[in-house]
Amino acid sequence: MLEGLLIGLQTAFSLQNLLMVIGGCLIGTFIGMLPGLGPMSIIAIMIPVAISMGDPSAALILLAGVYYGAIFGGSTSSILLNAPGVAGTVASSFDGYPMAKQGKAGKALTIAAIASFAGGSIGALLLMVFAPALSSVALLFHSAEYFALMVVGLSAIAAFAGTGQVAKALMMTILGLIMATVGEGALFNLPRFTMGIMDLQSGFGFITLAMAMFALPEALFLVLKPKTPQDSQDGEIKDLRITCAEARAIAPVIGRQSLQGFFIGVLPGAGATIASFLGYAVERNIATKEEQEEFGKGSIKGLAAPETANNAACTGSFVPLLTLGIPGSGTTAILLGALIALNVTPGPRLMLDEPQIFWAVIMSMFIGNLVLLILNLPLIPYIAKVLSIPRNYLIPFILFFTLMGAYIGQNNATELLLLVAFGICATALRFADFPLAPLLIGFILGGMLEDNFARSMQLYDGIGFIWERPMTLGLLVIAALLVVLPSYRARRARLRAQGVADGD
Amino acid sequence: MALDRWIALVLVGICLAYGYAAWFTMDGGLAPFMKRNPIWPSTFPKVLSVLGLIAALIILFGLEKSEVSEPDIDYRRLGDYHLGQALLLLGLMVAYALCLRPLGFLFSTTAFLILGSVILGERKWFVMVPVSVFATLVVWYLVQQVLGIYLRPLPGFFGG
Repeated sequence: MLEGLLIGLQTAFSLQNLLMVIGGCLIGTFIGMLPGLGPMSIIAIMIPVAISMGDPSAALILLAGVYYGAIFGGSTSSILLNAPGVAGTVASSFDGYPMAKQGKAGKALTIAAIASFAGGSIGALLLMVFAPALSSVALLFHSAEYFALMVVGLSAIAAFAGTGQVAKALMMTILGLIMATVGEGALFNLPRFTMGIMDLQSGFGFITLAMAMFALPEALFLVLKPKTPQDSQDGEIKDLRITCAEARAIAPVIGRQSLQGFFIGVLPGAGATIASFLGYAVERNIATKEEQEEFGKGSIKGLAAPETANNAACTGSFVPLLTLGIPGSGTTAILLGALIALNVTPGPRLMLDEPQIFWAVIMSMFIGNLVLLILNLPLIPYIAKVLSIPRNYLIPFILFFTLMGAYIGQNNATELLLLVAFGICATALRFADFPLAPLLIGFILGGMLEDNFARSMQLYDGIGFIWERPMTLGLLVIAALLVVLPSYRARRARLRAQGVADGD
Repeated sequence: MALDRWIALVLVGICLAYGYAAWFTMDGGLAPFMKRNPIWPSTFPKVLSVLGLIAALIILFGLEKSEVSEPDIDYRRLGDYHLGQALLLLGLMVAYALCLRPLGFLFSTTAFLILGSVILGERKWFVMVPVSVFATLVVWYLVQQVLGIYLRPLPGFFGG
């Protein structure tokens, strides 16, 4: 591990990679602040740039920097404007915005920055401990277990989608898997479902799909319904300092939420958003009576909790990505897609085969968090000016970058028409409350899922591997339970509620 | 019928078409030695088509009760929003896709950015035009020179 650490340090501290972290964090903060653009869109837009760099470590470091920056930028707009740019920072506006209204915007931003820094750094430490352990277990896995593990991951994503949403999330996952089968697979060298269209021979472009699923609908939503930020704080952001007493008050919150956020982030399907809301709720429940009164009116604990938790969860979501090669969230799915495009397959072998990538990413997490704290925080008053760019200029640029991203990836104008078509479909799906992240995760995992399925079928000459390997069977049972349990519990709760009504 | 169930209906159609292709059209052309394999190119799609059909039918018949959530945008009142602008921008994107090759990157992009602002209601030409031209040149320089990806800058008939 020490050796790995040194390699990581060496890679992460090269001039190029340092610039990548700093640049990524700044770009992420800059764009993450714009209301309506989440980390997934930003990363999707940045992917062509990252891929054309050719160096997987640098690319992953850049994209990870953008990811943190986006979350940090999202909290800035939550605090200053009550207009979260990112779902994971909605909880930060509960107490951050009241603080800004009381003229304590500078203090709120500092607390957010410190909490994010601590959450991210503690998360990275935990990642250093858990990822090697988990990947040594994962090395024992066979393709049958991999297949089962991916099924578990995909069902967990559906199960965490919320009450009444399981079928929709599942449908989207399956649709993603179906779309992944289009084109010439590595397995059979046969074009499938191309309907004779040459452009579909290589399958759908992953960047096109990512742009169409996230960036385009978000931009269209901004056009359809301009977000009107509640009276923005045009005044100066000053007095960034916090007192010792305040630091003492938030320290235990940060400690607890780093751990809780990290472990929530590790779970597939639960990400920064769930972690931040849960962190806020937990801290409010365990606070003293007087402090509970403060929550929602500008409590520093209420701001520190979601900020710590969402950053720790972002780091936690790298665990399944780096150790198993299975993304648990839309953002890590996009990162996985970028890595595959760079000929790197994340998974348990990553740490053995390409330790420099693995450790450099972890090291860059520390550097990224430091950059956000010492570089971004003082710059925030200036970066916040981006919030005053008129939307008449902003939206055409967002649309243009979406188009460029898809075009650069494939160098094919047909891809742009596909982008618009998929974008319209995705917007309709969003109107109808279908979650879109499962579709992209399904699409990215589709190829690997089928490969592992086919390999196990060939090894066991049929589907015998399901019952002949206890671990596979166990994982598949867990997957089935994950899908069925939420509906079962909702049904029972409904029946019970009906029973009460009848009794009256 | 609510929009999500209409979409489910479309998805049922997609799954049926996909399933038809997987169950009935793919195996015919398979080489005899491949048929002895336990897995065929159509195996996985067959499984997916069945699973997809089940999920789509569950949504279509509303078997899973969901809480009514407050949506960001109510699609039943699309007319209340800036629908015209959104549609025009989509049209503009299609036009851009069609013009990018024949008219060249520099012209298409500048026009796209200017027209995009105009659609959204911007009328300050003296800001809009320089900003668009400058941004186009910067992006072209970055993509072409820094990333090394070829973008035809000028219309085809200029030999660009």
